Amino acid sequence: MLSLTDVTIRQGKFTLSRLSLQIPTGHYAVLMGKTGSGKTTILEAICGLRPTASGQICLLGRDVTHLKPALRGVGYVPQDASLFSRLTVRQHLAFALTIRSWDRQRIERRVAEMAELLHIGHLLDRRPQGLSGGEAQRVALGRALAMRPGVLLLDEPLSALDAETRQEMYDLLLAVRRQQSMTVLHVTHSRSEAQTLADLLLELHADGVRLLPRDG
Amino acid sequence: MPRPHDALFLAGLIGMLGLYVLLIVSLLGALACFTSGKDLATALASEEIRYAFRLSMISCTLSALLSLWVAIPAGYLLSRFQFPGRGLIDALLDVPIVLPPLVIGLALLILFQTRLGRAVDQIVPVTFAVPSVVLAQFSVACAFAVRTMRVTFDQINPRSEQVAMTLGCSRAQAFWMVVFPEARRGILTAATLSWARSLGEFGPILVFSGATRMRTEVLPTTVYLELSVGKIEAAAAVSLIMVVAALAILILARLFGLRGTGLI
Repeated sequence: MLSLTDVTIRQGKFTLSRLSLQIPTGHYAVLMGKTGSGKTTILEAICGLRPTASGQICLLGRDVTHLKPALRGVGYVPQDASLFSRLTVRQHLAFALTIRSWDRQRIERRVAEMAELLHIGHLLDRRPQGLSGGEAQRVALGRALAMRPGVLLLDEPLSALDAETRQEMYDLLLAVRRQQSMTVLHVTHSRSEAQTLADLLLELHADGVRLLPRDG
Repeated sequence: MPRPHDALFLAGLIGMLGLYVLLIVSLLGALACFTSGKDLATALASEEIRYAFRLSMISCTLSALLSLWVAIPAGYLLSRFQFPGRGLIDALLDVPIVLPPLVIGLALLILFQTRLGRAVDQIVPVTFAVPSVVLAQFSVACAFAVRTMRVTFDQINPRSEQVAMTLGCSRAQAFWMVVFPEARRGILTAATLSWARSLGEFGPILVFSGATRMRTEVLPTTVYLELSVGKIEAAAAVSLIMVVAALAILILARLFGLRGTGLI
């Protein structure tokens, strides 16, 4: 279960007050809402990148409200991918594993698995410069998934992609969802994207998060 | 095909750039034409000038390294963190840039006449000794390096290091593994800028280190000493040596900095 209980987040003059949200383990939730409503802020608070003023954040039964981002075990894919310009795609996939001091053979096996899952085997020795938007998002997804996070947070990962690439990414995200057992919170503006991917559809309003029916 | 007023605009831009480049080339040309091969050979054969050249190269390199050592953490701190007094510190960092260099030298001299300064001087002789040259150069050059590093870190999206932290990095690991490699060109720019600034430093060295031959004499001091005894040819030859040394370092740094970027 990913849960936020009465969470208040302050960011300058903007405040999200007493927000509560529950996503059962293994579900793919999509959160929609107007621009500036605080969707990204919620993801940042779950990651630990933004402090909460009050309330509790629990991930898979563990209270992580005051834990550092490194200790939360959350995979995070930002909107612009934010790839590391000096590292190759292979180094991106191995990044979290190197930090965790995995042995070399285990890292190589996991990198190969990720490359196959995300169809980026041919890009492994390339750097981010020159990757297309879809390729960059697949690398960012692989970088987040490699450490087998219990929770995956996706911040509008498909918003900058063309229609064809977006369809490919839908298929990829559905395949990832089938193969990797984890709880996903995906933020988007697109209702069709939400309908395609979500088994739990949420909408952020000024008074909190509402559950929407899946068909509409 | 540019429209007529676009062509005029472009001509204006090219004209302004061209005028300034012409001025620089004329200055260098004048210096080169004034200096004969014999003057240059005489300068290079002089033991005093060779000492000044060596001291300049060593002190500028030390000053640049010290400047980077301070500027990288200082620039990162100012770029990424909010803390009380940040605005004041930011303004103070501009003081060595706006103050006349001579005043920096005078302030250093007075500082080393205080009880604390004299105590330091007794442990490591600074005033009118070689360390004073490095300190005088560093005092000014470091401010330029801090400014450069601050802008460099401002231009690196903090999202990258945030992602690194979600992947398991501490803030320090995120800095060393993600931010530092991305700041490589900025670091190189700060290094060359502080090195070049140190090479040209004269005022604070004259006041704080003196102009003692074979002791605290750097190349700008040599130019001053040669001019003061009317040896304009020797002064021009030393100036030309400084120009060549500075150009060599700047070109090498640029080549090194652009390697791997696909621009060269």
